[in-house]
Amino acid sequence: MAKTASSSSSSLSQVPRRTFLGRTSRVALGSLLGSKVVFAKYLPPGLALLGLDNDQASLPGKHPELTILNDRPVNAETPAHLLDDQLTPADKLFVRNNGIPPQQKNIDPATWTLSLSGEGISKTISFTLPELQAQFEHHSYQLTLECGGNGRKEFNPPAKGNQWSTGAIGCPLWTGVRLRDVLAAAGLRSKAVYVGYYGRDTHLSGDPAKVVISRGVPIAKALEDQSLIAWAMNGEPLPWLNGYPLRLVFGGYPASCSGKWLSKIVVRDRVHDGPKMGGQSYRVPCKPVAPGTKVPDEEMCIIEEMPIKSLITFPKTGATIRLDQELPIRGHAWVGQGAVHKVSYSIDFGASWQECSLEDAVNPYAWQHFSARIRFPEKGYYEVWVKATDTNGIAQPMLLPGWNPRGYLNNACHRIAIRIA
Amino acid sequence: MNKLPYDIKKAWLQILELVLSMSKLFLLGAVMFLMYLLAGNSISSWWTLETVPVVSSTNSPIRGASWDPAAEVKNGIHTPTGLVYAEGFEWVRATCTACHSAKLVTQNRATRAGWLEMIRWMQASQGLWDLGDKEKPILDYLAKHYAPEDIGRRAALPVTEIEWYILDLD
Repeated sequence: MAKTASSSSSSLSQVPRRTFLGRTSRVALGSLLGSKVVFAKYLPPGLALLGLDNDQASLPGKHPELTILNDRPVNAETPAHLLDDQLTPADKLFVRNNGIPPQQKNIDPATWTLSLSGEGISKTISFTLPELQAQFEHHSYQLTLECGGNGRKEFNPPAKGNQWSTGAIGCPLWTGVRLRDVLAAAGLRSKAVYVGYYGRDTHLSGDPAKVVISRGVPIAKALEDQSLIAWAMNGEPLPWLNGYPLRLVFGGYPASCSGKWLSKIVVRDRVHDGPKMGGQSYRVPCKPVAPGTKVPDEEMCIIEEMPIKSLITFPKTGATIRLDQELPIRGHAWVGQGAVHKVSYSIDFGASWQECSLEDAVNPYAWQHFSARIRFPEKGYYEVWVKATDTNGIAQPMLLPGWNPRGYLNNACHRIAIRIA
Repeated sequence: MNKLPYDIKKAWLQILELVLSMSKLFLLGAVMFLMYLLAGNSISSWWTLETVPVVSSTNSPIRGASWDPAAEVKNGIHTPTGLVYAEGFEWVRATCTACHSAKLVTQNRATRAGWLEMIRWMQASQGLWDLGDKEKPILDYLAKHYAPEDIGRRAALPVTEIEWYILDLD
C-alpha cells in the first residue's frame, strides 16, 4: 500500500489544465447567453462550460500530442505513430469518458470501496481497495483495450458520436486481482448470467441521480483468467482519466465493458440492463443491413469480441525516402478472440500481398507485433496497406466492413502514404 | 490641583480611544494591502469573473474574451467554439454547449433527420430539455453547416493534408 499511496500522490500533484468558474458565475453566464444551464448547481468543477473549449493544452497525465476529440466529456485518441511502443505507456493510452470523472482530490485509495451484489451471488459483500489487494492473489497481463467505436470516422453515412480515427486502442500491462476470485468470495451462484458495473463518474447533465454508463460482460467472459479488477497500469496507479484508483479490464471486448472508477459490481441472473447496455449503444444490427438503414432497437445485438485489426506504428504517414533505401515498417495486430495468424502488407492497393514477420502474444488478449522491410520498384507515390488474418482465416477488409447505425467495429486495413524521391 | 478635573480626563480618554481605533483601521488596511499583494490575482478575479467569459488556466489565471462573438470570428468560424458563425449560431452554442463540448457538434455530420434523431435521443436519455421554438433554427443551422458528404465505401487518404517529411534511415 505504501507504494500505491506514494505513487498516487505524484499523479495527484499533476495540476489539471484548467481552473474553473464559481457556481454563481456559471449561472450568470448561462443567463447572459439567453439559455438556462440545466442543473447548473450540480455542475462539477473539472471542465469548462459553454463551449469555451479551444484550449488544446494537454490532458492531465496524458501525452500532449493526443488528439482531443471532445473535452466535455474528455475523449482523446493517440496518433498511430505514438503507439509504436510494444507496451503502451500510460500517457499514450486513449481516453474515452462518457461522463465526468470523480474529482482527483476526493479519491482516497485507502478507503475506496468496491461492493458486490445482485441475484447471481449468495451474499452482498464489500472490500476496500487495500482489502482487495491483501485478500486476493495479484495477476498482471498485457491486455488490449479498444473502444467499440474506434474507426467510426470512416463510416458513410456518418454515425453520431466521437469521430475516432485509429487511435482508440492501446495495450498496457494491467495489474489487479481476478474478477473470478472475487466473485467466488461473494458466493457465485449457478444462475449468474451477466456481470455489470457502476462507477463514480457523474453524468454530464450534472444530475447526481443519473448513471453515466453501466455495462458489463457475460459471466463466461467474467470468469476468464485475464478478466481483472485492476488498480495498476505498467506498475503505477491507474491514470486518473483511465479510472483511478480501480477499474475492470476485459481484453478483447469493447472498452466500454471495462468500467472505470469502479465502485459496484452487480452479478445478474439476466443480461445486465444498465444505461448504454440497451437501445443502440454498443450494439450492431443482428443481421447485416444496407448503409443508412434505420434499425429498430430489438434488431440490434450487443457487441462482444472485437474484430481482427492492425495498425502501422512506424513510420508515421508521409515519410519520404530514396529509391535505393529499404523502408522498415512495424506495428501491432490484435483480435478479440483467438490469435492473429499472419500479417501481410501491400504497396499496390491490395493487388498483391507480402507477409510480415509476426511475434506471438505475450499472453492471451495482448497485441502481437509485426515488421517488414519494403523495397519500392520506382519513384512515386505509394500507400502501404497492412492486413491481419486470424487463425480461422478471417482477415481485415480493405473497404469498410458492415455499416451499422452507431459506427462500431471498423476494422478496415490501416493505410499510410509513402513517397519515393 | 494634583487631580485633573473629571471632564479633562474624560476628553483625554476619548482622544486616546480615537487614536487607538485609527491605528486599528490603519493595521486593517495594511493587512488587506498585504493580502492583495499575496493573492491579488485571485482577489481581483472575484469581481472580474462575473462579467468576463473566460476559462482560466493554471498558467494565465485570466484569459480575456469579449462578449461579442463576431469579434472572435476568423474565416467564418467562431474560434472559441470552432462552430460556423452563421444564423442560428447563438442558439446552437447556448443550447448544445450547456452540457457538452462544441467539438461534439463540429466533428459530426448528419442530415436534418439525423440531427433531429440526436436531439430526440438526448431528450429521451441525456436530460436535454424541450427546445420549443428554438428547435427549428437549431436544426436549420445543423443541417446546413454540418451536412454529410458522400465519401463512398471508403474515403481516399487525405493526400493534400499529409505532412510530408524526409525519413532518416541512414
